Amino acid sequence: MSEKVKITIDGITVEVEPGTTILNAARQIGGDIVPPAMCYYSKLEGSGGKCRTCLVKVSKGSEKDPRPMPKLVASCRTGVMDGMEVQNITSPEVIEARKGIVEFLLINHPLDCPICDQAGECDLQNLGYEHGAADTRYEFDRRTFEKIDIGDKIQLHMTRCILCYRCVFTADQLTNNRVHGILGRGDASEISTYIQQSITNDFSGNVIDVCPVGALTDKTFRFKNRVWFTKPVDAHRDCPTCKGKVALWYKGEEVLRVTGRKDQYGEVEDFICNACRFDHKKTSDWVIEGPRHIDRTSVISSNHYETLQPLPVIQKNKTLMEANKVEFERTKKI
Amino acid sequence: MMVVERKNRMKSLTNKKKVLEQKPMNFWERLYLPAIFQGMAITFMHMFKKKETIFYPEVKREFSENWRGMHSLKRDEQGRERCTACGLCALACPAEAITMIAAERKKEEEHLYREEKYASVYEINMLRCIFCGLCEEACPKEAIYLDGNIVESDYLRQDFIYGKNKLVEAPFKA
Repeated sequence: MSEKVKITIDGITVEVEPGTTILNAARQIGGDIVPPAMCYYSKLEGSGGKCRTCLVKVSKGSEKDPRPMPKLVASCRTGVMDGMEVQNITSPEVIEARKGIVEFLLINHPLDCPICDQAGECDLQNLGYEHGAADTRYEFDRRTFEKIDIGDKIQLHMTRCILCYRCVFTADQLTNNRVHGILGRGDASEISTYIQQSITNDFSGNVIDVCPVGALTDKTFRFKNRVWFTKPVDAHRDCPTCKGKVALWYKGEEVLRVTGRKDQYGEVEDFICNACRFDHKKTSDWVIEGPRHIDRTSVISSNHYETLQPLPVIQKNKTLMEANKVEFERTKKI
Repeated sequence: MMVVERKNRMKSLTNKKKVLEQKPMNFWERLYLPAIFQGMAITFMHMFKKKETIFYPEVKREFSENWRGMHSLKRDEQGRERCTACGLCALACPAEAITMIAAERKKEEEHLYREEKYASVYEINMLRCIFCGLCEEACPKEAIYLDGNIVESDYLRQDFIYGKNKLVEAPFKA
C-alpha cells in the first residue's frame, strides 16, 4: 500500500494513488474541470496521447521540484506527482491551445454531420461546439477516401477519421487476431484492412462504439434514423459470450440499433458481442430495465421521458394503482 | 350606504375611466329615424370609396418580403434536391409537423440528389404547422424555405399532409 499523492487541479485538491494520470485524477473530481479526450479510452490499454485535446498546464511540477513544466502536457499520459498543481479551464493558454487542436482535428474532417449517423452523439461535434471556432480557415481540398465495408455490418468512412487508434487497440485487446490497422504515415495514414478483409470476430462490433467520430458506423443502422429521434432503453439478455448489458435504441416499437452502455465520458461500461449488437433486434430478445438516463444538455434528450415506470406515489397507493391499471399494463409490455 | 362603500374600495388606478350616464331618451331619439338616416348616409358614402375586398385567389394581395407561406424544398444549380434528411428541421419544429424517412443515394441517382443521403419521404402536416420558420433557420443545406403562397383549404384532414410531390420545387427547364 503506497501513500496517496496530492494533486490540485484548477484549485481543487484531490488525493489519488501514485501512478494515476492527471486526466484520471480530474475524472475523480468530475465536473467541468475534466479535460476532454478524443483518443484516450480507460478500458483500452495504451490508448491516449494521440489527439492532444486533453492538454493541460502544469504550473507546479511537484513538492520537491516546484518548477512549472515548460510546455502544455497531455493529461492522459502524464502521471501525477505529489503537490502537483494543474490548470485546465482556468488557464487561457490551455483554452487557446485546445481551440487550435480542434481546428487541426477538423482540417481534414468533411463536416458532413447532416449525413453522418454519429451526429448527435459525436465526441468531435461536442468538442467543436465547446472549444472550436465557428469558421474554418482551411482553403484547400480535404483528403478524401472511398467508403470501405469492413465485413457486412461495419462501414468505414476514412474521410471522417481523426486517427485516434482506439479501434486498433480494441481489435488488438478484445479479439485474438487483429486484421485491421493503420497503413501509411503522417498525412497519408489510414485505417484499413489492407485487402478489405472482413473482420469476423465476436467482439469486432465494438470498434463502432469506441470510435469518437462517425468513421466506423453500424451498417444495420445506416441512415435508418437520426440519433435524437430514437429513444435509448437499458436492457439485458442472457448472452453466452458477453455480459449482455446493452442500450437499445427504439423508434416507436422497433429496435433500430443496439449499442453498449456509454458513460458520461463516452466510454462503454461493458464491451458487447456481435450477436447482441447485430442479430438481436427484437424486443422479445431482451429484458427491459428502463429508460436510459440522457444528459439534459444532449440533443438526444429532446422528447425523452425517463419516468416510464409509474411514479412512486402511485406504486404505494392501492386506489391509485387501480386507477392506473392501464398504464401499468403498458409498462409491462414495453 | 353600500354604493358609497364600493366607490371607496374601487378607486381607479388611472383617471382614464369615464363614467357612463344613462339618461332617458328624448322625443327625437325615441323616433329612431334620425339615427337610421345617419347610418344610411354612412352606407351610401362607402359606395363611392375605394373597395377593400379582393377576389382571391384570382387576385392576390402583395405579400411582405418576410412573408412565410407554404414550404418548398429547393434544388441546387444542377437541379438536384438539396435536402439530405438530416432531421434538424423536424427537431427544430415546435409543432412536430415534419417527418421524414432517409434513404441512401445509388450510383445512378447522382444527378437527382446532392448528397449521399436524401429524403425518400418528406411530409409536413400543414394543420400542425404554425409557419414559424424555425425549420428554415435550422436547415444546414439551405433546402427548405417558406416562400410559397397561403396553404390552400381542403376537405379532408389527410389531404393536409403534404408530401414531396407538393413540396419539392419543380425542376428547372433548360
